[in-house]
Amino acid sequence: MSERLGVTPAQTVGPYLHIGLSWPDGPYVVPEGTPGAFWIRGRIVDGTGAPVGDAMVESWQADPDGHFDHPDDPRGARAATVPGFRGFGRADTDAEGWYALHTVRPGPLPTPDGETEAPHLNLSVFGRGLLHRLVTRIYFPDEPANAADPVLRTVDPGRRDTLVARPAADGYQFDIRLQGEHETVFFAV
Amino acid sequence: MSETTRKLLLPGYRRDDVEAHPPLLSPGYKSTVIRAPQQPLTYLPQRLTEITGPLLGEGRLGELDHDLTRQHDGEPQGQRIIVHGRVLDGDGRAVPHSLVEIWQANAAGRYRHAIDNWPAPLDPHFTGVGRTLTDDQGRYEFVTVQPGAYPWRNHDNAWRPAHIHFSLFGRAFTQRLVTQMYFPGDPLFSQDPIFNSVRDPQARERMVARYDHAATRPEWALAYRFDIVLRGREATPFEDEDDDE
Repeated sequence: MSERLGVTPAQTVGPYLHIGLSWPDGPYVVPEGTPGAFWIRGRIVDGTGAPVGDAMVESWQADPDGHFDHPDDPRGARAATVPGFRGFGRADTDAEGWYALHTVRPGPLPTPDGETEAPHLNLSVFGRGLLHRLVTRIYFPDEPANAADPVLRTVDPGRRDTLVARPAADGYQFDIRLQGEHETVFFAV
Repeated sequence: MSETTRKLLLPGYRRDDVEAHPPLLSPGYKSTVIRAPQQPLTYLPQRLTEITGPLLGEGRLGELDHDLTRQHDGEPQGQRIIVHGRVLDGDGRAVPHSLVEIWQANAAGRYRHAIDNWPAPLDPHFTGVGRTLTDDQGRYEFVTVQPGAYPWRNHDNAWRPAHIHFSLFGRAFTQRLVTQMYFPGDPLFSQDPIFNSVRDPQARERMVARYDHAATRPEWALAYRFDIVLRGREATPFEDEDDDE
């Protein structure tokens, strides 16, 4: 193995992230009008309970069949059967701390151990005051596979519900509490 | 044998380097005090969702997205500069065909953003936003103007050193990075809690571009070189990390 180069350190996106990172189509993991699509909406709050109006979330997920259109998926890169599926979403928060992503439910995923990961989205959270991204996951509330999910299993049972979205009128709600009581579980990857 | 071949072998990336990155709670940077999580991070094994990531292509780019001096009818005020370099992984391998996004203040130190209203002029010919893709050698290049320093309210007489925000995807969720590029010899480093949130002085230096005379174009623009290193891969594919908890 060659000599390891030191990684470039992370820095905050700062308060002006919107000019650089907002995309008009950012929230659309799948296009409008996709059959079965729904919204995941949520509010980001800080340790005082105040909304975080200068944050951004990015989501990454498998397609509904549990595949990734990516060369490192050892089962083979495969375009999703859902037209226009990007797998990736990006949404900044409004002044009240709300973000919204338009997507479809991903399929379950096999693990190298022969287990099954329940359907989930990986989420990165960026914001003023966050010197490095935070990583969390969104699971679905009506999903029997959650019980056997190898990641949820490792999370303190009293905090698991912070990783599970709640049903909402047009999809799901997934709030993110950066700090304090009911703090969202964040991951080291 | 057949059981082995059925096994899902995933490439692995090195774990996030906690020594190189700033601690989330860095009280000198006041906003971290109410925004940094208090609970320890939970270990997430790298499986399919982590070792893949969005490969965002040319459909996202306009013709002049990489040249921030040509996005309007006239040229922006300020010192014209070339910012270029390579995106590499921790083993020195190029990260090709990967989206790089930048945003910055104008020459007077003001962002074109609704909430930036300190008394420095906006420039009608400068938006301060750029995008490009790395080439097959991981190289990228932007043309822009030298950003100005600007004041903020973190501490008494606080000024941010001039910087350009960089956003990088790499090829996997694990490699995602947002950072800031600084300019060499900036006298404002000593009082900046964001720059100094990176505790290791050598790691801090990796956020500072170097002046590149060879790439400076005569009678046209100064050049700065900024190589960015994303985390590298594990030496060999491995099967699981569950036991590392």
